[in-house]
Amino acid sequence: MIKFLLKGILRDKSRSLLPVVVVSLGVFLTVFMSGWMKGVFGDMIDMNANYTMGHVKVMTRAYADNEAQIPNDLALLEVSELINQLSADYPDMEWVRRIQFGGLLDVPDKNGETRAQGPAAGRAVDLLSPDSKEAERLNIPKSIVKGQMPQSPGEVLISDEFAERFDVNIGDEISILGSTMYGSMVVPTFKVAGTLNFGMAMLDRGAIIMDITDAEMAFDMTDAAGEVLGYFKSGLYDDEQALIVRDAFNQKHSDTDDEFAPIMQRLRDEPSLKQYLNMADNMSAMMVMIFVIAMSIVLWNTGLLGGLRRYTEYGVRLALGEEKSHIFRTIIYEAMIIGSIGSIVGSIFGIAVSYYLQENGIDFSALMENVTMMMPTVYRAKVTPELFYIGFIPGLLAMTLGNALAGYAIYKRKTAQLFKELEV
Amino acid sequence: MDDKVIQLQSLTKRFPVGNGYFTALTDINLELQKGEFAGLVGPSGSGKTTLLNIIGSLDVPSEGTATVLGNSIAQLSQKQAAHLRNHHIGFIFQTYNLLPVYTVYENVEFALLLQNMSANDRRKSVMQALEWVGLTDKEKSKPSMLSGGECQRVAIARSMVKKPQIVLADEPTANLDSKNSHHILQTMQTLNEELGVTFVFSTHDEKVMQYLKRKISLADGRVVKDETVMADSV
Repeated sequence: MIKFLLKGILRDKSRSLLPVVVVSLGVFLTVFMSGWMKGVFGDMIDMNANYTMGHVKVMTRAYADNEAQIPNDLALLEVSELINQLSADYPDMEWVRRIQFGGLLDVPDKNGETRAQGPAAGRAVDLLSPDSKEAERLNIPKSIVKGQMPQSPGEVLISDEFAERFDVNIGDEISILGSTMYGSMVVPTFKVAGTLNFGMAMLDRGAIIMDITDAEMAFDMTDAAGEVLGYFKSGLYDDEQALIVRDAFNQKHSDTDDEFAPIMQRLRDEPSLKQYLNMADNMSAMMVMIFVIAMSIVLWNTGLLGGLRRYTEYGVRLALGEEKSHIFRTIIYEAMIIGSIGSIVGSIFGIAVSYYLQENGIDFSALMENVTMMMPTVYRAKVTPELFYIGFIPGLLAMTLGNALAGYAIYKRKTAQLFKELEV
Repeated sequence: MDDKVIQLQSLTKRFPVGNGYFTALTDINLELQKGEFAGLVGPSGSGKTTLLNIIGSLDVPSEGTATVLGNSIAQLSQKQAAHLRNHHIGFIFQTYNLLPVYTVYENVEFALLLQNMSANDRRKSVMQALEWVGLTDKEKSKPSMLSGGECQRVAIARSMVKKPQIVLADEPTANLDSKNSHHILQTMQTLNEELGVTFVFSTHDEKVMQYLKRKISLADGRVVKDETVMADSV
């Protein structure tokens, strides 16, 4: 009987082609949108993790309360000891120091007089240690437009946009008007080793990247850091594990009123990111639900139309001695076969397009010149194992459900009434 | 053994219409013996098709009894009724109702698929049925490639392939020209004589009436005449 049904499906294009196209299209959209959202949300999450939040972040309580102001006067002290302790307690994580700073970037002329000035947002990371992964984590080598990575202390990278605007060349000296962690004004001078473009409007407007030891020297922060970031060695953010680590750490340091005591936050604790992560979690579920409902309605109609077109066939089959329940079951089998074919085709196309956009991405930089959020300008999809079933199951379900609803009308009729209606 | 294959006693059939009922058949009393070649004759609306559907276990009487091959139609479950149709009753329709996407062979084979017969036995039975109607050379053709007469012969093969005891034919020649009608009727007559299958027609076609051995005339849902015709009248 299955062979008989398959022959019918393959030969009767109107029975199979339209539903296959509808299911394929729906599954394609679901898979592609899911891959796209995974990529976009994942990029933003990774970016926030890599640039600012880490998978978990340790600060002083006072620093955490005023984090937006980057209050280095409230930075963590004796950071080496803290990192050793963290590494011992959480061996699956890598711990790094970060110092963020703000200031005025001053570009002097030949005589040492100010030629140009602009606000700068600086970030000090470990660039010079041989085993440091920080440069790769921030994608610095690939972001360099001119020049090279700093090779020795005193060398910095500045944003290419900044360099273009103020006509700063490789090898030029620049100064930063800032303050030490104790409040004294400092004007350290650095040599520009290279320019970079992160592809993030917010960072590219006035970024300075320097080695952490240079920042320690410049801002009088020896063995201090505004933040200590922790990354899972797998490179993937695990919210549940981050929660365990955070709670254990904070529990350990809860027994004090010291405002300089360390406190840990996980990535999801960052208020805007929390909403974002929640949205990312809900979005896929919503997409799938909308797909199943919309496709079920469409396929119900397709099933009804197909059922109407095949009324005579059902009538003949009744007369030949086929039971109503058997006819109903064959409608469901057919729907499952067609749904599977459509779902496979849709999944293949959805994954293929997602893979293409994962490799190539879409550049939205022209639309994001004034964006102040930390967002990438090139968006990419992401192919995950989830894509292999996120469209397939709803595709199969919607087709089967749609046809089951259509077939139910036939199933519930009295045989005699049905036979009359079946126009035999 | 009792040769009565169909017994209808005080059979009445009503259909709900609005708040009331429409009576399609009233007090029908009939008996048909094995091997009869009988016709329900009458104008449209006389109740022929309704009676045929009850005999075919597609419908049930509102009053009275219809007993087909020893089965009281009203007492049959859906499954039992389907089994009766599948194994013992063949249907032939006015518009052939062949499944257009399947070949002649597959159309005839379908009834046997429902019986879970082995592929070899199915092949033998289908080819035999096609031989009865002279269409063995068309087994791979689709219905769209056949003439009306050939389509109806396929429909006869489909109804006969399971070797039923009763074949119910609803206006089988209505869509055929005179030549094809006679060809079809001769085929059915041969099958009736050679295999002893009981044929019951619903018709108002004079050509069919020429072949009938028994004419049961219906008017307004009642049997108004029941006459046996001499076999050599054709």
